[in-house]
Amino acid sequence: MTTPGADKDVSGAAAVVREQVPVVERRLHPVTPLRRAWAPVAVIIGWAVHDPNQAQEQLTRLTTVTLLIALAVIVPAAGLYGFLTWWFTHFAVTDSELRIRTGLLFRRTAHIRLERIQAVDVTQPLLARVAGVAKLKLDVVGTDKKDELAFLGEDEARALRAELLARAAGFAPETAHEVGEAPSQQLLHVPAGVLAVSLVLTGATWGSLAAALVVPPLLWLATHSVWTVLATALPLLGAAGASSVGRFVGEYDWTVGESPDGLRIDHGLLDRTHETVPPGRVQTVRIVEPLLWRRRGWVRVELDVAGSSNSVLVPVAPREIAESVVARVLPGVTVPPRSALSRPPRTAARCVPLWWRGYGLAVTDTVFVARHGLLRRSTALVPHAKVQSVRLTQGPWERLWGLAEVHVDTGANETVTARLRGADEAAELLSGQAERSRTGRRDARPDRWMA
Amino acid sequence: METGTAAQDDAREPVWTGLPPGLLKMRRMLLVVWLGVLTVALGVPLGLFAGPEWAAFALLPLGVMAWGWVVLGRNWRSWRYAERADDLLISKGVLWHHETIVPYGRMQLVEVTSGPVERHFGLASVQLHTAAAATDATIPGLDPAEAERLRDRLTELGEARSAGL
Repeated sequence: MTTPGADKDVSGAAAVVREQVPVVERRLHPVTPLRRAWAPVAVIIGWAVHDPNQAQEQLTRLTTVTLLIALAVIVPAAGLYGFLTWWFTHFAVTDSELRIRTGLLFRRTAHIRLERIQAVDVTQPLLARVAGVAKLKLDVVGTDKKDELAFLGEDEARALRAELLARAAGFAPETAHEVGEAPSQQLLHVPAGVLAVSLVLTGATWGSLAAALVVPPLLWLATHSVWTVLATALPLLGAAGASSVGRFVGEYDWTVGESPDGLRIDHGLLDRTHETVPPGRVQTVRIVEPLLWRRRGWVRVELDVAGSSNSVLVPVAPREIAESVVARVLPGVTVPPRSALSRPPRTAARCVPLWWRGYGLAVTDTVFVARHGLLRRSTALVPHAKVQSVRLTQGPWERLWGLAEVHVDTGANETVTARLRGADEAAELLSGQAERSRTGRRDARPDRWMA
Repeated sequence: METGTAAQDDAREPVWTGLPPGLLKMRRMLLVVWLGVLTVALGVPLGLFAGPEWAAFALLPLGVMAWGWVVLGRNWRSWRYAERADDLLISKGVLWHHETIVPYGRMQLVEVTSGPVERHFGLASVQLHTAAAATDATIPGLDPAEAERLRDRLTELGEARSAGL
């Protein structure tokens, strides 16, 4: 364990954490101050880009001496700021909470309850990989960027994640420290070739590329202004890069594993991300089939976890394999085949011509399944136990044709809608879903999954 | 009369409660006051400067007022709620009909609010929040005593049946 020159011998003390023993506070990794070192540089670059003419004027006026003086002031000031924020940031793991104390002038203490953990992310940006450090973030509803622990030593981050998960799982506090990392079994690995082909077969990639290649020349013909063209071309190129190369780099080496601590998702070529989603935290799973992937039988699987920003479970995989992963993520759930989904009644064509054929609905013992989309099919699954509220809505036009919609709200701020069902069916669905959700919750696993 | 529950749970047929007439009174008074002011503001200058036949335009807001009077009544009658054993039902809307079911165990927060006008009419609203922002569960225009009773009962039931996310 990496301990900075702190006031306590952490590695020795942490092993004997007991109920009455005062909470051991730790500091972040000593390279942390450097993460803010680039801030003044970024400010200057931003100013230069924003107003290039004036920046050049100012720069020519500067002599070497003033430049040196400025450097002599800015660099130590930034360094001191970084050092002080690091010095005043502490964190501690207690039996039930992770406490983060931070702030130089405005003090801030966050107590994050461990049984509320929705996911744990360990991320390593490229530079952090070089330095051998990592960020750790607990996803709890309401936490934000401030609540991540950046940076920790690589091994320390892994050990801390294991300890947090063990405590959240309900292991006795005495043993939580020694439980160590739960063994992981690989469920799926996405080969780089498949990922590349899948991106080539994605409409968004080509759309953004075409926009980046077509719009700037047209603008040049129309305006003959270099700045206008640059101002549009750069964001367009950026978007094209992000949707092709960026996605490839981000989703490279995508591995999904299963462990007693839940689902593990590791990915990234330059920035590595390791995500752990404990059992019973998944609110919604969506299976998406883009038009061009259909011939190869590939699908993309997305998931929603409350408080987590990541929403991809499998970037691309053959349908059967993706469905087997879904079955592991939502225990006891089988993805209903297309034939099992019922279409809306024929009158639905009066409300949504053509596209009504894409709508579908199925309710099984464990999940509420709704499908939409004709070209890009998307099937959403919500376990009954995760339903927060059920709503039925009916507009005047829908009333005319005897139709209604049923919305199912989940805790990840995702609403799944069964569109254009018959009015009677919808009313039955509404009350039935409330009932299923009630019984589903009763059988749901506890928050502390090992207890 | 409403198809609020299916036949399968006849035993727990919901007992619907409508809203007290105070809300309707308040909304109708606001309607009359604002449109009355508009009628006068439109009719008097037109009558004085453009001739009395132009003042007929002031009948427009009056027409809207009459229509609004009826619509508000229909809307008010459509609002109702039912406390069942495990969940709260809210049904509202005439043209755009909405029916919401919120299980007690899902409630994160129960809020009782009362603005200055509402207070003058002795009214309060109860709003339920779950972990899903899309949950739209508000009961407006309740008697403050009833609002507090509902809040306490919902909180109590919510604690008893509370569940994780």
